[in-house]
Amino acid sequence: MNRTHIISTIVENKPGVLHKVSNMFRARGFNIDSISVGTTEKNDLSRMTIVINADEQTLKQLVKQLAKLIDVVHVDVLDPQNAIYRELALVKLHATETKSRLEIISYANVFDSKVVDVSPEHITVEITGTPDKIDAFIKIVSPWIKELARTGVTALMRG
Amino acid sequence: MSGAKALIKALKREKVEVIFGLPGGAIMPVYDELYNSDIRHILARHEQSAAHMADGYARVSHKAGVCMATSGPGATNLVTGLANAYMDSSPIVAITGQVPVSMIGKDAFQETDIIGISTPITKYNMQPRDPSEIPLAVKKAFYIATTGRPGPVLIDLPKDVQDKSADMVFPNTIEIRGYRPNIQPDPLAIAKAADLLLSAERPIIMSGGGVIIANAFQELQAVAEFLQAPVATTFKGKGSFPENHPLSLGSIGMHGHPEANKLIIEADVLLAVASRFSDRSVGRFDEFIATGIKIIHADIDPSEIEKNLPVHIPIIGDVKVVLTELLKVLIKKAVKKERTIWLKRVEEVKQEFRSKQDFGSNEITAPKIIKKLRELLPIDTIVTTEVGQNQMWASLHFDVIKPGTFFSSTGLGTMGFGFPAAIGAKVACPNVPVVDIAGDGSFGMTANSLATSVLEKIPVIVVILNNGVLGMVAQWQRMFYNRRMMAVNLHNVPDMVKLAEAYGAQGIRVQSMDEFTKAVKLALSSDVTTVIDVIISPEEDVLPFVAPGSALKDMILA
Repeated sequence: MNRTHIISTIVENKPGVLHKVSNMFRARGFNIDSISVGTTEKNDLSRMTIVINADEQTLKQLVKQLAKLIDVVHVDVLDPQNAIYRELALVKLHATETKSRLEIISYANVFDSKVVDVSPEHITVEITGTPDKIDAFIKIVSPWIKELARTGVTALMRG
Repeated sequence: MSGAKALIKALKREKVEVIFGLPGGAIMPVYDELYNSDIRHILARHEQSAAHMADGYARVSHKAGVCMATSGPGATNLVTGLANAYMDSSPIVAITGQVPVSMIGKDAFQETDIIGISTPITKYNMQPRDPSEIPLAVKKAFYIATTGRPGPVLIDLPKDVQDKSADMVFPNTIEIRGYRPNIQPDPLAIAKAADLLLSAERPIIMSGGGVIIANAFQELQAVAEFLQAPVATTFKGKGSFPENHPLSLGSIGMHGHPEANKLIIEADVLLAVASRFSDRSVGRFDEFIATGIKIIHADIDPSEIEKNLPVHIPIIGDVKVVLTELLKVLIKKAVKKERTIWLKRVEEVKQEFRSKQDFGSNEITAPKIIKKLRELLPIDTIVTTEVGQNQMWASLHFDVIKPGTFFSSTGLGTMGFGFPAAIGAKVACPNVPVVDIAGDGSFGMTANSLATSVLEKIPVIVVILNNGVLGMVAQWQRMFYNRRMMAVNLHNVPDMVKLAEAYGAQGIRVQSMDEFTKAVKLALSSDVTTVIDVIISPEEDVLPFVAPGSALKDMILA
């Protein structure tokens, strides 16, 4: 049965590593839902957080193939119960009428998000949270969405 | 010290004695340093052949083979050789020239993104951007190529990095935090495997190519003899177990020995040693599992475990250590097995198929030639093959007696591999005969390596089973495409004898078994490369045959 999995990997922070990782996914036919890459507490290491939708068998094989890459130092499959995971989205909404604008701002408040830009035609909201929360926000404001940018998930184990 | 000088020094420190290569603009600083070096450079006539030569050298020497090419087309011509080495886990180190750092990404003359191109077909690749990075890159390349599951590594060297000087530090050892091959198996897994094997009624061993890489022949034989378990090899594992041993079943697979294909699906416990359960070996995965066989899978590469099918007991480790530990535990737990009923069945199946063997009615047929070749060659002869019917006939009819003396392009199935690989093997083992069992189609792909073979005085013997067609494709067209023969006729062009002579090699055409015997004897006593052109029928099929996408039980016998 397919499920969403969050894989957290520590990789060498140097040119070409993202290509090696993403190329392996492509070559072996694994689909990435999202991937986010950033630095860690150590300058020479990066963290890649990869979200995939796969069955257990595929997940196991994928983890082994990741671990096999020389530039991949460590691979963890995060248990959602025991991990903190967040995503950020910027949502640009087209709204000129006061009624719509107030509605959007109240939704933004409900979702604990921030209005970061306002123009006569648009309101841009920054929202952070679990992918579910962002999905819910996007669903409710969908009539007004003009542009949307999501970062993909980044995550750490609890404790 | 310049980058080029540092490269040569680093190669010397890795005990490199020979480089197979072909120069060009972007690698000239390195070639200029080779001028003063005692490393032997063997000039190939095409970079693909240089890579295959390095591969052949690596397969018999168990050291990394080194090949070198320039940027752009030089590098892209290496690609087939790298992919071949990757599929067959062969340690080669490829060095390519690249345009200067400042020109990278500008579509410069003879620029190609070889790092991008070679990523999925190398174990690792690197592009030092500063000369001071070269000593570490070379150390890393050899370490990665030859340890764990071996494979090709590429170093791409921009021309200015070769030219520029830097202070160099040459490391003696290396630690890579993302790369720690598992050598030592888990004792618990070994114990479980021993129990399962001892409880088996009809155990069988499937020995893969990793047994040859790990040089675990004696260990394999000791375990097989203790368990009295018959041994089938995969095609890549051919020659990991002496094929004249009473427990040998030969190789399994698409064109495997019928007794091996039949018995493996009758077995109750399978000990798979360093094999990757390729579709060509075990046929349809679902049908293979449906036999109910319990599988123990030992491999150094954890990603091979359950990649293609589920296994009962995985053992991760160097198979030489795995087999040594397994034997120790077996001896502790039990006495040597008697297997009267199973071995009687094994013998019965062997006899059944061997009595039915048909080598064809023509005076000369491929099986007859290969059987005769085996009789004529000393047992330490190194034998390789091209790809296609010639290869499958060799699989079926050439019995490898001394372990480790046979290899072929088994994973990628690269036509044109055998001949340059034979040259590489001969460089590694100059004192034994090296023979390439070839087809006319495959041999034609890298026949210009005759120049290398003759001029560099690396005499090998090529036996061409010349049917004038792309034989395996022709066979499939006969069997699966209603004899609609499309694009398979090679019209016996070129004349292989004249071709050999044009390069200064010896060419002998053979039209009878007697002539063949004479030709092989002459070739064995010659110090020049000999091409024996054996004319066979274009209609000959390789049988038995497990059709692609079928199960082993559905083997076509005749």
